[in-house]
Amino acid sequence: MASKQLRILVPVKRVVDYQIRPRVNKAGNAIETNGVKFSINPFDDIAVEEAVRIKEKNKSLVENIHAVSIGPAKAQDILRNCLAKGADTSTLIDSKDVQLEPLAVAKVLKEIVDKQKTNLIIMGKQAIDDDCNNTGQMLAGLLNWPQATNAAKVEFVDSDTVKVTREIDGGEETISGTLPMVITTDLRLNTPRYVGLQNLMKAKKKPMEKLSLKDFSNVDVQPRLKVISMEEPKPRAPGVAVKSVDELIEKLKDVKAI
Amino acid sequence: MIRGIIVKQLTKAARLRGPGNVAGVLRAAAALAPQITIKHNYSSKAQPKLTSELYPSVKRNPNYKKLANEDIQFFQSILTENEILQANDKEDLAFYNEDWMRKYRGQSKIVLKPKSVEKISQILKYCNEQKIAVVPQGGNTGLVGGSVPVFDEVVLSVSNLNEIRNFDPVSGILKCDAGVILENADNFLAEHGYIFPLDLGAKGSCHVGGVVACNAGGLRLLRYGSLHGSVLGLEVVLPNGDILNSMHSLRKDNTGYDLKQLFIGSEGTIGIITGVSILTPPRPKAFNVSFLAVNSYEDVQKVFVKAKKELLEILSAFEFMDDKSQQLTKHHLAGVPHPFEESYPFYILIETSGSNKDHDDEKLEKFLESAMEDGLVVDGVVAQDETELRNLWQWRELIPESSQCQGGVYKYDVSLPLKHLYSLVEAANARLSEAALLGDAPKPVIQAVGYGHVGDGNLHLNVAVREYNKQVEKALEPFVYEFVSSKNGSISAEHGLGFQKKNYIGYTKNPQEIKMIKDLKTHFDPNGILNPYKYI
Repeated sequence: MASKQLRILVPVKRVVDYQIRPRVNKAGNAIETNGVKFSINPFDDIAVEEAVRIKEKNKSLVENIHAVSIGPAKAQDILRNCLAKGADTSTLIDSKDVQLEPLAVAKVLKEIVDKQKTNLIIMGKQAIDDDCNNTGQMLAGLLNWPQATNAAKVEFVDSDTVKVTREIDGGEETISGTLPMVITTDLRLNTPRYVGLQNLMKAKKKPMEKLSLKDFSNVDVQPRLKVISMEEPKPRAPGVAVKSVDELIEKLKDVKAI
Repeated sequence: MIRGIIVKQLTKAARLRGPGNVAGVLRAAAALAPQITIKHNYSSKAQPKLTSELYPSVKRNPNYKKLANEDIQFFQSILTENEILQANDKEDLAFYNEDWMRKYRGQSKIVLKPKSVEKISQILKYCNEQKIAVVPQGGNTGLVGGSVPVFDEVVLSVSNLNEIRNFDPVSGILKCDAGVILENADNFLAEHGYIFPLDLGAKGSCHVGGVVACNAGGLRLLRYGSLHGSVLGLEVVLPNGDILNSMHSLRKDNTGYDLKQLFIGSEGTIGIITGVSILTPPRPKAFNVSFLAVNSYEDVQKVFVKAKKELLEILSAFEFMDDKSQQLTKHHLAGVPHPFEESYPFYILIETSGSNKDHDDEKLEKFLESAMEDGLVVDGVVAQDETELRNLWQWRELIPESSQCQGGVYKYDVSLPLKHLYSLVEAANARLSEAALLGDAPKPVIQAVGYGHVGDGNLHLNVAVREYNKQVEKALEPFVYEFVSSKNGSISAEHGLGFQKKNYIGYTKNPQEIKMIKDLKTHFDPNGILNPYKYI
């Protein structure tokens, strides 16, 4: 990297707030979104926080943090929070009601990466609405960049080498790579900050570019999957109280648990 | 309540990881663990002294019959095995004898948990005839020792009366048993798009009947008013066993005296509430919470006036806290991020709730911007999602627990004219310092902190102590009551009188009022069997 300057891209998604219990709509083919609270995808919030922390730690290293969201016009609320938390610039790609699949999202993001001359992408490992956990990997594939998924710790060894500790089954894995690269974030990476009032006011003056899917007419965003049906999990059978250990063992035997 | 939080956090972790990944879920839970580190020493670990030993001047009234075998046999004749708990080697009934703060401990040997109103009626009729003293008990979350026995009174718990009886989704009128847990009632109402018009920290344990019996105020009084307005009818078992039923739930009924009002705030002294009919408002769809820092109590009041004017119908809570209360809570809530890195003299929590998020957002934003520009608010944050909203509330709701987790707490809940509200905390700290009781260990007092509902002129003065101590009590009482009386306040804004404030009613009520209260008590309960040694 000649300039030694980081240009970080943080893609964020507006999803049903994770404290809200999602319900299937009447048609049984999607999540009910009417009258439901939406917020930033929590993993993306962690990604924003990490980008801002990198900038705070290495002021001379980071040239720009750019937040981007593909979603309805309302997604500008979460972008504005990103700007308040420390992103410098942002892009809203208004997709109206169209739900893009991960591959389409990755393709659109690739265009933004080219335009922004991004050399580090930090994004949530998955969005909690569809739990796909695809976009980061697909984007790295399209760009032919190294990727470090499920990051629990991100450290800069020098200005273009990054050491990432990953969450893996049964432990941690530490890997290192050189920029440009894609990092996807896991829960333990950091605890996001609150949005400060002063920063929220200042964020109004920060740039938000507004585009629509039409501006990406060269990108094929047609869905490749069809949702046949969506169902809520079966309610759990109520528990029973037992009076003695013997009864407990008997009951466990009845249900063939032991 | 704490248990509730942990369960929610784990559910969140599970959802974040997605299904079918047990290791992942566990790891996610571990990852979240720092956020939910709560030290589980709620109160002084030592068992509290018997109330009768702590207050030797209070004597057992010899007119009350001591429980005999025949009485127990009578109870057994109308109640099933599951409805009676008796003290024995394994069961000390501490749960029923001790209050939540572990300040008081009674010596009851029997707890009755009837499953029907008729059984309660039979029990009271019998106890009245036999002159057996009875303590009605709900969730036992009271703060003035009103819900626990003092000597050997029979504990009558309504916890087995816990059914929702009826809900009318057109009028929003809820009828339920007294023993329904407040949070369960609220969750039930949420399913129908309504909200319980009262919310308080103990919602996970306290009963609907209990909050009515002590006329609890809580966090949303500002918006929904007092229970004297929202309760439409009650079912009450009188000391002689008669059942008074006014559950008809009419919003307007000007025929005769409004009897139910007498029982709201009567703290179980003239009847046992068994059923409640209450008007519930539609549940707001959009909630916003903002946490602000201000430089003085003067500014707290200014922000309050501004909030009332500019947020008007969407303002649903306005709480203030001093810095010391936050320091204590930080100690207790390690891991949940505090909104500010720096300390400020006072903090304000504002909640708005309404029907349209965009409308509320815009209003709140304008209000906050101009409050910042005016220099009233020096720092502030807004919750961007539900989790942050809940976390911000925790910094207010967990102050009571935080003030007692290092040993204990003396709690005073007073009404004062707004301009004098905080001066009580300053006066209390000054007095404790003068008496050389406040400071680092081994001094008994950690700190006197103040917080409360500015909207209602209600201050909570919490004196956090390392141990309960007669000297501290003497320094505070009747000092606090005298102070409040001199400012024309009330010595009990929402907690009630109970055992703690029985002798201090004179600081707020005049002799004429006290006489009428005593007359009413004698009228309903001539033998004085209900909740003795308390209230009046």
